[in-house]
Amino acid sequence: MKLELRGITKTFGTFTANDHIDVVVEPGQIHCLLGENGAGKSTLMNVLYGLYEPTAGEILVDGKSVSFRGPGDAMAAGIGMVHQHFMLVPVFTVAENVALGAETTKAGGFLDLEATKARIREISERYGFNVDPDALVEDLPVGVQQRVEIIKALVREAKVLILDEPTAVLTPQETDELLDIMRQLKASGTSILFISHKLREVKAVSDTITVIRRGKVVGSADPSASTTELAALMVGRPVNLSLGKAPAQPGDTTFRIRGLTVLASNGQRVVDGLDLEIAEGEILAVAGVQGNGQTELTEAILGLHEHVSGSITLDGKELVGRSVKEVLRAGVGFVPEDRTEDGLVGSFSVAENLILDLYDQGPYARGLAMSPEKVARNAESRIQEFDIRTPSGATPAGALSGGNQQKVVMARELSRPLRLFVASQPTRGVDVGSIEFLHRRIVEERDKGVPVLIVSTELDEVVELADRIAVLYKGRVVGVVPQDTPRDVLGLMMAGVPAEEAATEQTTAEHTAAAATQSTDEGDAGEQPGSVQA
Amino acid sequence: MSTTLAPGTALPGTAISTLGWKIPVILGIVSVATLLFCGILGPDSSASFGISQSGDVFQIPELTLPGKATGIVLGLVMVAITVWSVMLRRQGRSIPAWATAVFVAAFVMAFLTAMVGGARLHEISLAGLLGGSVTLAVPLVFGSLSGVLCERVGVVNIAIEGQLLGGAFTAALVGSVTHSAMLGMLAAAVAGALVSMVLAVFSIKYLVNQVIVGVVLNVLVSGITGFFFTTLLQPDFEHLNTPPRLAEIDIPLLSAIPVIGPILFKQSIIGYAMYIAVFVVWVALFKTKWGLRVRAVGEHPQAADTLGINVNATRFWNVTLGGAIAGIGGSYFTLVAVDSFTKEISGGRGFIALAALIFGRWNPIGAFLAALLFGFADNLQSLVTIIGTPVPSQFMAMLPYLVTILAVAGLVGRSRGPAASGEPYVKE
Repeated sequence: MKLELRGITKTFGTFTANDHIDVVVEPGQIHCLLGENGAGKSTLMNVLYGLYEPTAGEILVDGKSVSFRGPGDAMAAGIGMVHQHFMLVPVFTVAENVALGAETTKAGGFLDLEATKARIREISERYGFNVDPDALVEDLPVGVQQRVEIIKALVREAKVLILDEPTAVLTPQETDELLDIMRQLKASGTSILFISHKLREVKAVSDTITVIRRGKVVGSADPSASTTELAALMVGRPVNLSLGKAPAQPGDTTFRIRGLTVLASNGQRVVDGLDLEIAEGEILAVAGVQGNGQTELTEAILGLHEHVSGSITLDGKELVGRSVKEVLRAGVGFVPEDRTEDGLVGSFSVAENLILDLYDQGPYARGLAMSPEKVARNAESRIQEFDIRTPSGATPAGALSGGNQQKVVMARELSRPLRLFVASQPTRGVDVGSIEFLHRRIVEERDKGVPVLIVSTELDEVVELADRIAVLYKGRVVGVVPQDTPRDVLGLMMAGVPAEEAATEQTTAEHTAAAATQSTDEGDAGEQPGSVQA
Repeated sequence: MSTTLAPGTALPGTAISTLGWKIPVILGIVSVATLLFCGILGPDSSASFGISQSGDVFQIPELTLPGKATGIVLGLVMVAITVWSVMLRRQGRSIPAWATAVFVAAFVMAFLTAMVGGARLHEISLAGLLGGSVTLAVPLVFGSLSGVLCERVGVVNIAIEGQLLGGAFTAALVGSVTHSAMLGMLAAAVAGALVSMVLAVFSIKYLVNQVIVGVVLNVLVSGITGFFFTTLLQPDFEHLNTPPRLAEIDIPLLSAIPVIGPILFKQSIIGYAMYIAVFVVWVALFKTKWGLRVRAVGEHPQAADTLGINVNATRFWNVTLGGAIAGIGGSYFTLVAVDSFTKEISGGRGFIALAALIFGRWNPIGAFLAALLFGFADNLQSLVTIIGTPVPSQFMAMLPYLVTILAVAGLVGRSRGPAASGEPYVKE
């Protein structure tokens, strides 16, 4: 099926999210839409899937103009979508989720789940999905949940599959599996529209690449284009992808975690007997797939968790059992993973957000009164220092872009003398330009002699920032490895394979791969060996 | 640094747990109180429990229990369960459900024995106690089914009370005017549905907080029915507030089975409708295409929307249907239980139905059983007052509500409702 978007424009009030976008997806092709967060990719997909009505432009299926009033129409036209946030009911089984909206029924409207299960098994076998139709979705790993989403589309006989940032939640291994699945689907004639900002994957699997920036198509590229070229096209200016930081000069070890255990409210051990230590002037990055205890680890350090045992010491002082305020006063800077939820008060001004943790101290407070001009003056200097793009310090923080909001949080946390800096997902949803800046600031903090703990689910970021990498799996440290550990070894560790085993497994795999694929093209030179497969 | 991976193994020195001491403490207080008041300070006389009623074909001799001894034995059983729960808690485990059930049963039996033994008449009919429980539970069951239908689709229905009351009023008025109890019952369903539609329109279309709309509706219905009762029904009592009653339909032979016969097979049409409604709602929710869609809308409306299901329409019609069912439950007050409408005749039972829904974990059968328990507590307090216990009747009147609080807050633990309940669905 050929899918064509012609002059699609979508405006929200005065904001133009999509501006005359033209994209043609040829039958049996993997077409990539490359663009940064906020470039308008998701808006375009929602238009295509009938969730938004386009302001102008038309959608053509096999040359005929169609209009979708809702997702039902899009599905009927053969378009299936795998959303970035899965549209699965967690308490339903796989079969119930697949059946929903396209139920096979017996007389009287009774569900015929057996028929659905048979379809799932058939598809699962054909593509090697390995999905159990009777499993509860909430018990499945995200990689499998994603396959359930793909099955949902295939059961509805989708001819074009839209994958919206499908690799954001996957481990490197799961990502490779997904890319394989995409190739198989393509071979069986399904067209795929692949939305991503991850250059490596885009290059590995696409047939054509369309680059979108600020709601406009800014060009198209061939998958053979170099990573730097693609990045420049996506961002709109040359980007320096490598941070090129100096080696760490670790001092004394001042931050230690011993036997830390955190229980979730349902009694599950989300952090399970964890040990870590960080020296002054060193960045320890915690890698791991989302949901392996990273959030709870950082929250336990700050004192946000109730059911904590073990010990966390900073400069010899115990932090477990202290209040959040005491922990902050001990010199801990904390950037939470979800800045809009936990890092900022969106309706407060930028200036107020910049002193949220110091509001009761001099010079911002005198007794019960606050000193607005001191707050404003502080804001001015921070805005300058961190290059926060805001009309003024009085602008509500919620009105800023993601990158600038994150700069506000970072500016606040780094404006005190710190003894420990903890940042969770420091650049999630931030544009490439700001990522560079934020990364440099983190390294600067390290060079001041502060122990830094970074938690990130983006392996690129972990490798970029870390001096040492700790891999977390099911609340435990699988191993602490040097920064130059190959990605594939890290990937295996993220799936729970201990460090030594992962290393040996990887070398054997490489040998066999090297022997088998002499003719494989070079792919991405300069990346880790063995990470690109044709 | 090497770490071995063996998830689930406990590390030494990490004896932390999220289980609170709430349950052992509650068990402890209740068992000590039982041992003291029903056992040591219990009545010296014994209590008799009649199992058959005088008219029954089969006669079973009555059960007689010595007052004090029964209290002490059952109290000790309860203390033992408490001690066990403390031991389990120290190992970070909670007590199994069957032990809780034994505990509750022992408490009810000890309580009954003490009450009956200490009363002026040392005798109570078990069949009457159970039968009356079902009678009192009927409106609760209908109310909680309404709650199930609404919450499963993502709308919190606090207005059950208003729906019951509206149904009771309309059934009395229409029944009196048309001289037909059946028409009265149907009109009650329409009235309940209308109350629900107001809830649906405000909460789904205008996104007003569902709890607030519900509370306001209760007050509104109470005001309107109260007003028309004083201005319309009371002055012309004979023509407007004397609805015909729905007769009991006796199924021959089956209704002669001791104890359960009259409960299951000697009911008014609303009573039979209750059993059918519970079963039908359960089957429809969990076995049909309709139910799958309804549950999806209540759990993850966005997912349902992306699959082409109209979320807000599904919500609207489900809430309306729920209102109709609660309306029928309300008609029970004026067509079966008593023969005329009085102000606030529903007496807060809509809220108890809400509790039954939560206690029954959003499942029609669970809600039915929970409603029966609350009906039992309600009936027990009135029967015990009639036979003349030494306990002041005001304390006994608290019993159903006490049971409700303990059931919902204490013994069920944390139960999980539909994820999107109370959340309006707005397309981005």
